[in-house]
Amino acid sequence: MIELWDGYVWPTIWIVIKIVLIVGPLLLAVAYLTYAERKVIAAMHLRKGPNVVGPFGLLQPMADGLKLFLKETILPSRANRVVFLIGPMVTFLLSLIAWAVIPFGEGLVLADINVGILYLFAISSLGVYGVIMAGWASNSKYAFLGALRSAAQMVSYEVSMGFVMITVLLCVGSLNVTEIVLAQQGPWGMFGWFWSPLFPMAVIFFISTLAETNRHPFDLPEAEAELVAGFNVEYSAMPFALFYLGEYANMILMAAMTSILFLGGWLPPFDIAPFTWIPGPIWFALKIATCLFVFLWVRATFPRYRYDQLMRLGWKVFLPVSLAAVVIVSGVLIAFDLAPGTS
Amino acid sequence: MGFMDRAAQTVFLSELVAGMGLTLRYMFRSKVTINYPYEKGPLSPRFRGEHVLRRYPNGEERCIACKLCEAVCPAQAITIEAEPREDGSRRTTRYDIDMVKCIYCGFCQEACPVDAIVEGPNFEFATETREELLYDKDKLLANGDRWEIEIAANLSAEAPYR
Repeated sequence: MIELWDGYVWPTIWIVIKIVLIVGPLLLAVAYLTYAERKVIAAMHLRKGPNVVGPFGLLQPMADGLKLFLKETILPSRANRVVFLIGPMVTFLLSLIAWAVIPFGEGLVLADINVGILYLFAISSLGVYGVIMAGWASNSKYAFLGALRSAAQMVSYEVSMGFVMITVLLCVGSLNVTEIVLAQQGPWGMFGWFWSPLFPMAVIFFISTLAETNRHPFDLPEAEAELVAGFNVEYSAMPFALFYLGEYANMILMAAMTSILFLGGWLPPFDIAPFTWIPGPIWFALKIATCLFVFLWVRATFPRYRYDQLMRLGWKVFLPVSLAAVVIVSGVLIAFDLAPGTS
Repeated sequence: MGFMDRAAQTVFLSELVAGMGLTLRYMFRSKVTINYPYEKGPLSPRFRGEHVLRRYPNGEERCIACKLCEAVCPAQAITIEAEPREDGSRRTTRYDIDMVKCIYCGFCQEACPVDAIVEGPNFEFATETREELLYDKDKLLANGDRWEIEIAANLSAEAPYR
């Protein structure tokens, strides 16, 4: 009995507690990311943004969530019901389970697996299935075209994202996410993080994350003027809310990946007194928030890409540049004997 | 050199960064939002809003049932029926405006020889049912009493141009 408790029951409970501790704040962050998006874009348009529900409109996300929760879920009569409902669930689940390997501080990680970065990459690649299922099951031309665009876009940009990750992995010598962060620790402080030696790669990675999450200026799947709303036209109420939450959770996830790969994860900018007082998870949250602000900032600034321009950028610019970078980085590492694990 | 310049601008995304700098500067400017139900923007004296039927200062209604407004109305939103009153003067017995048909062109107030029908400055008369927008004479006269001060000021401001 004791054996059962110690061996199975308690570890399961403990894991569930940790999952709740991660998912709870994450969903809260998603809710307030939508609020932040509306406020930041409004400020850049010289508008005020939501300011009626609660002080400064702070309860707006709650009101939006409640509205979506109480509305009727409409199932189109020609739709494939099962796939139609599985689509949003897949999107939402995938955006949450990726957080299992994200380290919030030294040792503060749910699953410290050795192929963490591959896991992250696999999960973010699977995200396209939710979109394809939604677009196909809706049995609507707009939804289908939006899903096709989205799938093509995600696949194109994943290739260059993969090569960018390989350049980082070459410098780290490990696929473990915690190792990637620790490899950026050093006497140089924030200038030793990978964004400075691999600056072009950091830019390519960030732009690819924008395309990967279907954000502006690459939000072609939801180009309102052409496709009404893209793959989620036919969705309403909770299934739509799941898509919405999934999209924003994915944004946060991509910001977290950018922070881990290029901005030193939970490390303070300088390893000296006032910076080291602030605990790691807070630094990590600040870095994610900065990346997310840039997401919103980019959305407020740039017009949408045309589809052929998007594909040109992905296949003819980012892919060759990142492929060349893999060769150059590995060449430099070997030539100057900097490769990890050799010395 | 031109090629190098262009290549450098492409590689360092200088135009994109400049654009983002612009939006960041705008972010800290003061907002232009008017907090609508609590704050309102300025209205021209020529503003064409909700219709009113006006009275003379002694309380006598201005409308003489000439039906010019009914004739000129391009949307045919105005319906007038007239009869002589007991004292022999010609007055309307019915003066209806279908505010759903009305296109707010202002021809009725331009046609009116006695400034009886005027489009006032009120634009917040949304209703919950369509029937409430079928205005009759009592409603229009009540509007006239409520908005008389503003309308008189607007008319005198516009007087030099009419």
